[in-house]
Amino acid sequence: MKRSAALVIAAVLSASGPALAVNPSEQLDDPRLEARARDLAAELRCLVCQNQSIDESEADLAKDLRLLVRERLVAGDTDEAVLAYITDRYGNFVLLKPPVTGSTLILWAAPAVIALIALVGAGFYVRGRRKVAGAEQLSEEEEAEVAAILAKRH
Amino acid sequence: MLNELGHVALILALAVAIVQSLAPIVGARRGDARLMAMATPTAVTTFALVALAFVALTTAYVRSDFSLVNVFENSHSQKPLIYKISGVWGNHEGSMLLWALILTVFGMLAATLGRGMPASLRATVVAVQGWIATAFLLFILATSNPFERLLPAPFEGRDLNPLLQDIGLAIHPPLLYLGYVGFSIVFAFAVAALIEGRLDAAWARWVRPWALLSWIFLTLGIAMGSYWAYYELGWGGWWYWDPVENASFMPWLAGTALLHSAAVMEKRDALKVWTVLLALITFSLSLLGTFLVRSGVLTSVHAFASDPTRGLFILMILVLFIGGSFTLFALRAGTLRAGGAFAPISREGALVVNNVILTTACATVLVGTLYPLALETLTGEKISVGPPYFNMTFIPLITPLLILVPVGPLLAWKRGDLAAAAERLVFAGVAAVLAAALAAWLAGGETALTAAFGVGLAGWLIVGGLAELALRTGRGTAGARLRRLLHLPRATWGSAFAHVGVGVTVLGIVSLSSFETEVIRDMVPGDQARIAGYTLTFERAERRQGPNYNDATAIFAVSAAGRRVATLEPARRVYPARQMPTTEAAIKTFGASQLYVTLGEVTDGRVTVRLFYKPLVLFIWIGALLAAFGGLLSLVDRRLRIGLPAPARRKMGPAVRAEAGAT
Repeated sequence: MKRSAALVIAAVLSASGPALAVNPSEQLDDPRLEARARDLAAELRCLVCQNQSIDESEADLAKDLRLLVRERLVAGDTDEAVLAYITDRYGNFVLLKPPVTGSTLILWAAPAVIALIALVGAGFYVRGRRKVAGAEQLSEEEEAEVAAILAKRH
Repeated sequence: MLNELGHVALILALAVAIVQSLAPIVGARRGDARLMAMATPTAVTTFALVALAFVALTTAYVRSDFSLVNVFENSHSQKPLIYKISGVWGNHEGSMLLWALILTVFGMLAATLGRGMPASLRATVVAVQGWIATAFLLFILATSNPFERLLPAPFEGRDLNPLLQDIGLAIHPPLLYLGYVGFSIVFAFAVAALIEGRLDAAWARWVRPWALLSWIFLTLGIAMGSYWAYYELGWGGWWYWDPVENASFMPWLAGTALLHSAAVMEKRDALKVWTVLLALITFSLSLLGTFLVRSGVLTSVHAFASDPTRGLFILMILVLFIGGSFTLFALRAGTLRAGGAFAPISREGALVVNNVILTTACATVLVGTLYPLALETLTGEKISVGPPYFNMTFIPLITPLLILVPVGPLLAWKRGDLAAAAERLVFAGVAAVLAAALAAWLAGGETALTAAFGVGLAGWLIVGGLAELALRTGRGTAGARLRRLLHLPRATWGSAFAHVGVGVTVLGIVSLSSFETEVIRDMVPGDQARIAGYTLTFERAERRQGPNYNDATAIFAVSAAGRRVATLEPARRVYPARQMPTTEAAIKTFGASQLYVTLGEVTDGRVTVRLFYKPLVLFIWIGALLAAFGGLLSLVDRRLRIGLPAPARRKMGPAVRAEAGAT
């Protein structure tokens, strides 16, 4: 009974297109290696998709890359070595986190530089505002005068 | 016939929009009341004509009139009615028409609401709206005409992209466009202020309701889009830092900064020049988003280069409006007087920090989104800037802001007392530490630290936001405090709701990233899988026929503690018209958490099943809803209602009204 049900599923479901991301058949037995593989997969771009990592993608190429990552991990590569192995073949485009190179220097420096400019600009602005605020404060003499007037009225 | 009527209406709308662009502003410059008075009728007419064109196109979709290329390419006679209607904006031409429709709606509102506004300011604002309307109507007619005919008309259409046949699509783009385009009014106000050389607290009061309204729609639109991607794209992510998402997120960040700086301007007459600049930036980012999404430049720089007509046209609009408005700003900003003074530690100071961080975060997203395009254009080198980059830069930037959110509202205007504010937040601090400890204990292991920090931050935001309300009630009996609580200004409630909403969203995000569990298994009927205390039994598979698709559905029984609690029916769906398979996730909600099941490939009679347990995932969007609701509360605050017709005025006699009209 179970077997025939399985056949029905095969008939019903198999005609319906490509595979889902990460299949059990791909997964490694060692949970540590598998976890590393998943983390690496999330950093690699599926080259035939629009802005998906190979971890999320259903495309065949993504599956090939997932298997390749696992192959290298089983072979004993470090995470860096796996990424280097893949960028050697597919270029930096495959990395969702672009490496710091001459051409990405501006990209990586931008947030800090912008934050610095914004902070300095805001600092000058606030300082300027405070000076005006200082002008609005009464001087000691004026304070004394106010106190004197108030004292008279009582 | 109706198609031709729609086409002609669109051409006439362009003609009227040109008049709208010129007459009122010339009148305002010359002090000619009759020319200025043309603002209202032209804006209303432009709207009516574009609305007519939109109705004509919608009718063509509903009738499946395949003599229109646009309908043929994007519709199908068997499609359910709701998707026939939403299909109108599920394609380039139609969505640009929706864009123009919303633009003219706002133009009409600007012309008819706000009766107390100085006539010259209103005339200038409406004219600037007219410029934008002219540019986009010209764009639609020249490069993206939805009324293009196809002869002979085919019998059947090509159907809408299956991913877009979803209720999410019916709602998401209109909301998003209402937000995007709403900022055009804020832009128009900024340009008008620069032209008129007048910028005061009253200006901020006119602008704030529009900024709030646009911000509410943009918030809802982004949240809706995020939830749509979550359940429709089939792998359960809720944010991808995709350029298209960034395109809507950037105006949101700038718009959020704008709301806060406009508050300073309104209350304290400070940050004026900056508020105007932010208004220009926010709408510029909306235009940039439209360019990125509509020009095809994102799919590939080469696709853009090979058919550049549309892209170049929008790029020209972009350059014209951004370049023009910034030039105007550079020329005129010097004439605007700086306003009120304040000490660094003050509400104003806190809001300056808010603006610094939000604009920096926005600029970072901008750089990350445009960098690969710029690099490829300049050097031919292809790189990817994906989620890891944005997470590494955006999160450290935004975290200090989140930490400061509960502090800001407790500081006084002009000169605040940080120590006193901190003292009042002790309770929120204790709550944050307890939440963090609980999260660390639950998470254990590697994720303990991030979970503790994130949940602690969420607790700090939520309790801190509530503390703001509680502290405003002062001292006294519980009854007196409750009465005072209910009588707090709606804007105060609004900001508290928005800030608590941010905390709720953070809680959802952190809970998902720290506590999500996932099971991937090959299953045959009868198999069971366990996840997060639930047992899923694969009962059977069956074929189902939809109106314009075929489903292969797997049926799972979900049980908890031996009792059946739900049935989940994920499917793989094929739309014959496009031969495109999609994955239909099945989702069951328990409280704010969800079970999420999708189907994968079938090998040897076994189907790959991917199960997720997503704890508190709904908080991500509930937080956004709370924030939007907070915006709504602020919008209906009596003190902000100047921009809308005042009810008291209706009671005035005709003589008074005539007098008011004459001034």
